[in-house]
Formats: sequence, C-alpha cells, structure tokens
Amino acid sequence: MSGPPQEKIHETLVNIRLQTAIYTSTARLADHRRTALSTLPEFEELRTQANLIKRHTIENLGFYLEQFESNAKAHGAQVVWARDADEVADFVWDLSKRKNAQLIVKSKSMTSEEIDLNERLAHHDLEPVETDLGEYIIQLAGERPYHIVAPALHKTRYDVADLFSEKLGVPREVEIEKQTRIARSVLREKFLAADIGISGANFLIADSGAVTIVENEGNIRLTTTAPKIHVVIAGIEKIIPRAQDLAVFLKLLGRSGTGQALTVYTSFLTGPRRAEEIDGPDELYIVLLDNGRTRLLADREKRESLYCIRCGACLNHCPVYRKIGGHNYPWVYSGPIGAIITPQYMGVAHEPWLPFASSLCGACGEVCPVKIDIPKLLLDLRAEVHADEAERGQGRLERLGFRVWAWVMRHPRLYEIAGLMASAVLPEDRWFARAPGLLNHGPLGAWLSQRDLPPVGKSFRQMWRERRKAAE
Amino acid sequence: MTARDEILKRAREALGGGFQQPATPPEARIVLPEIPREARIEPFFRAVTNLAGKAYLAKSYADAREYVAAVIGEGPAVASNAPLLAESGITYLPGVQAGFTDLQALRQACASAAFGITSAEFALADTGTLVMLSSAEEARMISLLPPVHIAVVPRVRILTGLDELLWLVPQPGLSTSSMVLITGPSRTADIEQILVRGVHGPGEVHVLVI
Repeated sequence: MSGPPQEKIHETLVNIRLQTAIYTSTARLADHRRTALSTLPEFEELRTQANLIKRHTIENLGFYLEQFESNAKAHGAQVVWARDADEVADFVWDLSKRKNAQLIVKSKSMTSEEIDLNERLAHHDLEPVETDLGEYIIQLAGERPYHIVAPALHKTRYDVADLFSEKLGVPREVEIEKQTRIARSVLREKFLAADIGISGANFLIADSGAVTIVENEGNIRLTTTAPKIHVVIAGIEKIIPRAQDLAVFLKLLGRSGTGQALTVYTSFLTGPRRAEEIDGPDELYIVLLDNGRTRLLADREKRESLYCIRCGACLNHCPVYRKIGGHNYPWVYSGPIGAIITPQYMGVAHEPWLPFASSLCGACGEVCPVKIDIPKLLLDLRAEVHADEAERGQGRLERLGFRVWAWVMRHPRLYEIAGLMASAVLPEDRWFARAPGLLNHGPLGAWLSQRDLPPVGKSFRQMWRERRKAAE
Repeated sequence: MTARDEILKRAREALGGGFQQPATPPEARIVLPEIPREARIEPFFRAVTNLAGKAYLAKSYADAREYVAAVIGEGPAVASNAPLLAESGITYLPGVQAGFTDLQALRQACASAAFGITSAEFALADTGTLVMLSSAEEARMISLLPPVHIAVVPRVRILTGLDELLWLVPQPGLSTSSMVLITGPSRTADIEQILVRGVHGPGEVHVLVI
C-alpha cells in the first residue's frame, strides 16, 4: 500500500510563505462566499433544486446526451465523442492537420487538465497557449493547477516577476497590475493570430444544444470568438436539461466559487456564427468525453460524485486542503472532491490513502452547492479500500484486532473482565503507558505517537453498582 | 463500435440497461418578482456601481450623445449597428467608426479602438448585468476587444433578473449563436487574490439608460 507523499507534504507544511498563501487565499474565497450567500435567502432551496436536477439528469444521462447531440447538430455544431484522452488528442491533432493550424489558444478547463491535453498537443508540435492569467502562469512554470478556481494560488507576485522575465524576456516587474497588463498584451496577439480556440464547458444544455461557460477575465469570450474554429471539450456529466435550469445553477456557481452573484461573463453559445452575424467562429466542435465517467455512473451509491460543478468551495473549507495545498493530491482534482473522484477514476488501490486524508468534519458536504454527500462517500471509499486490501491479503493484523474487539464487545462478561485487566495494568500513575517501547512500537505506534491513552479509572458498571448499593 | 455508440451503451448499462424513456425533468424553478419598471433603474444602477461600472440615466438622445462624446473624446471608437445608436446620433459622433459588415474590417477596427459602443438587448436589475445577443446589429467583439465598453439600453429593457430573462428567452439559441451576460468590467484575482480590472476584456464599463 502506497501512503501519502510524506516528504512533499512536510515541505508544504514547513514552507511559511506557501502556508500563508494557501491559508489567506482560501479564507478570502470562503469569506466572499459567505457574504454573497447572506443576501440569498433561497440558498437552501436552490441547492435542493440543483441536486434534484443533477440527479435526474445523471440518471437519464443517455437520453439527455442524445437530446443534446441532436439539438447541437441542428444548430450547426459538430459533436465528437471521445472514450479517453487519446481520442481527444487525436481528434484535435487531426483537425489541426486538416485546417493547417498550429497556434491554439485555450481557456481554463479542468477537463483538459485531466487529460493532459497541452502535453499531448505539444508532442504533436502544436502550440497550445493557456489564456486565463492564473493558468498562463502555471503553464509558463510547467506546473498543474493548485486549486480548481484559483490555479496559481501558490504563486506570489515575485514568483510571477521571475517567471515573466525569464520566459517572456520582459524587464522584471513586481506590480500585479503591470504584470496583468504584460499578460494582456502578449496574449492579445495570440488571440488574434490563433487558428483554433479550445474551451471547456460549465454546462451543456440539452434542450438547446448549447454550451454555457462562465469566467471573469474575458479570455473565454476571446477564445470562443476570435479564432475561426472553436473546440469545446466537456465531460458527459456536464449536461443539464434546460436553459431555464441556469436560473438555479448560475446563482449557486458564482457565489460558491468566488462570492459573485454572477461571474463577469457568462457565454451561452449555440452553434457556430450564423449567416447574418458579423463575427464568431465558422466552425464549432463539441467533444463529449467519457474518460471513466460511465464507470462512476455504474455505482449507484457513488454516482452523485458526477453532480460536481467545480466551484471549489469544498477546497476552501477543508482543513486538510488548507494545510497540504493542491499539489500533494495525486491528480488534477484536489481537496475533498479530488479525494472522492480520484479513487473512482483510478481505482481505490491506486492511491488508497486518499479517502483517509480527511478529518470527516463535514464542512465539504455542508458547503457543496449541489449537495454531494462528500463525507459519506469518503466513508464508503474507506470501506472499499479495506475490502480491496482484504482481497489482496493486506491489513490482516488490523482486521484481526477489530474482530477481537467486536467479539469482546458482544460479550458483556468478557468485556468487564477485559476492563478490569486494563485497570490493573494501567493504574492512575500509568507506568505502562509511560514505559517507552511497550506500546509505541508495533501496529499501535503510529496511532499513539499523536495521542495519549485515556486515564483508566473505575468503569461505568462499577460506578453504577456502587451507586445502587449506596442507595439501598 | 464507434465511440459514440460505446459511450451511450456504457451509460445505459451503468444505469440499469434497457431503453430509456424520454425523461421528464423536475419543474424548472423560475421566480418572477413583481417590480414596476420605474423601480428597476435604481437597483440596477446600484449594482452596476458596486461592480465599479459607471451608470448614467440619459434624459434624451441629445443627453446620451453628449455623455458618450465626453467619454470618448477624440476616440478612436467603434459603434455597433444597433438602430438605437444611429437614432440617438451616437454613431455619427466624431471619432466613431460604424457600419461594419465585414469581419476583417471589424476585427482591425476593434483591435485598435479605445472604445466600443453597443446597445444591449436587456439589462438585469439585481445583478447589474448587460445581456448581449450576437446579430447583424451587434457583433461580439465590440464589447470585448476595446479597453472601454459603453452600452446604451432603453429603460423598458431592464428586467428584474436572470429568472425573468430565461422566462422571456427560454431558448436563446433559437435566435442567436451567442448570448453573453456581462456583469461589470473584466477582472482577475489570479495573483495573490489581488483584484485587477481589465485583463482581457474591457476594464471600464459605462451603462447608459435612455
């Protein structure tokens, strides 16, 4: 069994600058959310409705996918289905060859991070350029996003200054406003020269065949407007039935993510540019990606993981994420949502420590705008990890221990005798617990290194009997 | 088997197989508050101002024209083909280029313009949002490329909010390839969570209600 990356986590924990960045950024996002929700009395009602719609859609996914496809086609979009990352990359590469395209502008998309699209395209000698400021910084640094909605959360202005001067050959600039302007002018040229724009999608609208994408910077509008070809890459779980359902989801998404009633831009795109329209892409391709999603779908108990709208609220409220940050999680999805979907995509044996990287405080479930019961799913996955280990003959001692424990608990006399024995060897002065080397090694060592045994005194039964005797 | 057929087959099997009946979704949740037209301007302006946008109530076409002239100075500005802009004379202000029907010409003009002037199909009072529908009258780029966006909206087009918009336009795709909601100036907080306006889109937005 592979454990968590202890050394990397330790590095994060002792890095004061990084700790401050994670702590203050997540606190700020959580504060913005709280303020925004204070003016939304119908929040709970909206969450319930969002959960209801997501459940309905996921449970009729086949129907809605076909409805989406036929409506998207009716408006002139081309729908491409992809089983996995390779099929997406092959499609984009093939399209680039056919269209003689080389420069690709991209807007932030967790789905394309999931399939390492940039690396795959670069491998084919294409030039994909990330255009979201945070994502651009991350791309220049050769890293992956630190947070679902704030990818460069761990970078300071000084990091950015170094990065820009090294990679862009500009004079070192530490003022954030000026750094932003540098990125704007570099990327503006890319937008105007790009052959293809690739975006993700926040929602696929079945009744309209439309794609809805939210953002604050304007890079998604540019990505979907300036190049002649627009490619959308979206997971099949992004479907909602109707445009009218946006009245629920948009209100939840902006507030949960960044505390905005609506993000600055919400694009609702249906097909390529129409004959009478002056601008917009001539061609629109919508890639519907499976990449393991139908496997999640098959699990009745855990398929609610597919409701996620990627707002990032569970990260901002998670005591574990807020200490270890985003890069210690094994995949692009970090925080509580990452801890539940990564084992499901990769199999529980892949990173078995993940569902245990939680204090089960319940904050993630409480803030989730679509009411995914994350704590329950973490417990389910823990059980699966144990079942999997049992199957492979691991964790025998632990299971034996718990079996003995359960057996003792079911036999009152035996339990009492065991208690008496414990208070005999562990008296008030606790010589046994203090004696080094007795308990602090072996299977209990790791557990006891962080905890003290409770003082052993009279048992409840003893006190009860004495009390009854006294009363008589 | 094609990827399409395989994914659909897997989805159906995952959900218990069989033929899927047309699904009936839970009823959409659209709530329409009753707020008289007159009472919408004030909250709309408050929302726009809170987002660091500028809001102005023009008493007449002449008033609107003067406001725009003061903002754009010498220009260069690009105006959309919206009839409202021509009627109010904004299109004919010095420094304003308008009447674009050719994509390349429009692109060039927008890339070098300091101001983009458009109308808006609707405005949403509770969030301070402009609703832009792409058409022969409104190009997408004019509200996007120039660093300053000026939008002129007739007073009757102020809706209460998102719910009323989606009630009025339940399927935006039937009339346009692009409906964009603009809620304040372009912004980012990607470096140290410090707010900066005007990243890729306009950093300054003026909303004129006529």
